[in-house]
Amino acid sequence: MILLLILTASAVTILLRAFPFVLFGGKRQMPSVIHRIADLMPPAIIAVLVVYCLKGSIAAVTMESLAAAVAAAATALVHIWKRNTLASIAVGTLVYMVLIRVLL
Amino acid sequence: MKKHNAQGTAGSLFKMAFLKSLPVLCGYVFLGIAFGIMAEEAGLAFGWILMMSLIVYAGSMQFVMVPLLVGAVSPVTMALTALFVNGRHIFYGISFVESFKKLRHRWYMIFALTDETYSVLCGCKNEDPGERNRDSWFWIALMDQSYWVLGSVIGALLGAALPVDFTGIDFSMTALFIVILLEQILGNKRVAGTSAAIGLVVGIICLLVFGTSSFLLPALLISVMLLSVWTGVAERREVAR
Repeated sequence: MILLLILTASAVTILLRAFPFVLFGGKRQMPSVIHRIADLMPPAIIAVLVVYCLKGSIAAVTMESLAAAVAAAATALVHIWKRNTLASIAVGTLVYMVLIRVLL
Repeated sequence: MKKHNAQGTAGSLFKMAFLKSLPVLCGYVFLGIAFGIMAEEAGLAFGWILMMSLIVYAGSMQFVMVPLLVGAVSPVTMALTALFVNGRHIFYGISFVESFKKLRHRWYMIFALTDETYSVLCGCKNEDPGERNRDSWFWIALMDQSYWVLGSVIGALLGAALPVDFTGIDFSMTALFIVILLEQILGNKRVAGTSAAIGLVVGIICLLVFGTSSFLLPALLISVMLLSVWTGVAERREVAR
């Protein structure tokens, strides 16, 4: 039974991820409207994912929200300054981990 | 950011992939550990925990699955849950249909399209539009999953015996998305900036309207619709000139 359930979850997930490739991977062309927005989608999608990561902090404003806001700002500022992915993530994560211990 | 030159040797592609996957390493290892601990404490056998991280490979879904497995829900319930929790993954492939056609191991790449791997690959495409280093993408995807599996295994085996308190380390995933988003905006302020702004505004509004557990799919759908409207308007302006 557990095996069947895990296989079900796996199958649905794979189908979801494969959907655009199955639909448009062969000879069938993507409708031109989708083709035009395909390159525009990543920033919008990733922006929604950022909101998704911060959903708890945005929906209920607490001290944790403050920690998340400061850490997010720190990440952004360090990145605009240095353009170094690992450094920006390290700084932001560290700021968050310190603040949630200090503020809460 | 360093400019990439022509397709490197296998070794240099591997190294490039490893460096690109490093931001995901922390998040996946520690979140994986958290998942392993949670699943093990819920009573799931090690084999099932390992299997989930190998063939489902979807962070939030795996967490949601644990009580569902223990509670022995019906396959239909599991399928519907997977559909809602992972529905957003349907959007990820759209930007990679053409690129993946040229990749070996295409089917693994498609299987491994998680939020983070998708975002890292968007970053790769952004700084390497000619896709000269496309072959490194497979290694990035593979390494990302290996970090997740490693974390799950460590969590399941060592459990709560781990001494250090890593609370808050999952912020590294949030930071990763912020960084990748910024790279896209800084590379093309007008277009990517507008797209990102649409995502942010729609995301926040949907969050407030639909609540934390149901806003993701509406936010993505509405963002995509707005992007279509925007390109439509822009193109009509071009034609009119």
